[in-house]
Amino acid sequence: MDDTSMLIDRLVAGAKPVKRLRPPALRASLWLLAVGAAGVGGILAFADLAVFAERIAESALAIEWGATLVTGILAVVAAFQLSLPDRSSAWAWLPLPSLAVWTGSGGYSCYRNWITVGPTGFELGESARCLMFILAVSVPLSISILIALRRALPLDPLRVAAMGALGVASLAAGALQFFHPFDVTFLDLSVHLGTIAFVVLGACAVERLSARSSAARA
Amino acid sequence: MDADTEQRWSRLMASAQDGDRVAYEGLLREIVPFIAAIAAREHRSRDRIEDVIQDVLLTVHRVRHTYDPSRPFRPWLAAISRRRSIDLLRRRSRSAARELSDDKAFETFADPQANKATEVYASTDGLSEAIASLPQQQREAVELLKLREMSLIEASKVSGRSVAALKVNVHRAIKALRIRLRGQ
Repeated sequence: MDDTSMLIDRLVAGAKPVKRLRPPALRASLWLLAVGAAGVGGILAFADLAVFAERIAESALAIEWGATLVTGILAVVAAFQLSLPDRSSAWAWLPLPSLAVWTGSGGYSCYRNWITVGPTGFELGESARCLMFILAVSVPLSISILIALRRALPLDPLRVAAMGALGVASLAAGALQFFHPFDVTFLDLSVHLGTIAFVVLGACAVERLSARSSAARA
Repeated sequence: MDADTEQRWSRLMASAQDGDRVAYEGLLREIVPFIAAIAAREHRSRDRIEDVIQDVLLTVHRVRHTYDPSRPFRPWLAAISRRRSIDLLRRRSRSAARELSDDKAFETFADPQANKATEVYASTDGLSEAIASLPQQQREAVELLKLREMSLIEASKVSGRSVAALKVNVHRAIKALRIRLRGQ
């Protein structure tokens, strides 16, 4: 009997019934609902909604904020789709248009600030606080989404982790607007995007390390 | 591939997910040629194709809970097969870039003492020279008894010398050769 035949015998002997994963869109929706509920709770408890309502009335900020949230939601949906073997890799493109709108409108409002406010448009603002906020929100959310995504044992775990982390960090940047009572400066925007890149790279690193350790155990 | 096979595989996988081992075994055995065909796009050697097949079967086993029976089975399996086939290709090219292959490396380098005895005699030129340098009687004894593999009696008849003399000569010749070749 050849090796492949023996392997099949071994796999069949160890085969137990498995629980099928629910459709990825449903899993993404449930995750987003849970995170959304927690986010709304936190915002109602801690944010100054009157200031936010005043700021969001401005269309440029509304577009930027909307694009941030849409990027987060679409990246989460894409990550759940990409975690399955037979889903098209084109899902990876899903959040990119809104990401472009977000960075474009954010960059434009920075530029306008710079023109109207002068060199202070370049100042640090409260970037350090933004960084801490995005990181503090992203880390627990990243852990929860990585756990959810790894249930599918993705064939390309790095791409899935990167997409999930982009979603998480974008949602965190969206939530930040409730606690950010000023327009972003160039540096603020760079810090936001840099922090998101950091979260994405961090998630990839965690994924890679855990893949190595599980390979070492195997 | 016809639609019947596609539907049968999908049904077998759904049953396998529910714990039907007969269906699972049937499916795994049926899909082997399909995986081999995909692996053959990237790999030529039979061994490597076999490696891909086994890797894919293991992956199918691990991720079988991700198959949705309402969707076709073949794209699910093809995606796993392509991925594992390319993974193996990458692993091979990575190890090929880092490692040198030398079949004689162990014999030659692993233990300097291990090959000395054979290396000394590996040079036939050296041995011929050493034999040529022996005294005439010893050289003749070596030629007759060792190179032409005659018996002592045959060599005695050819050389006209006694068996005892030949024994002494060949013994001394071998001793002299050993000293000369080892000393090089």
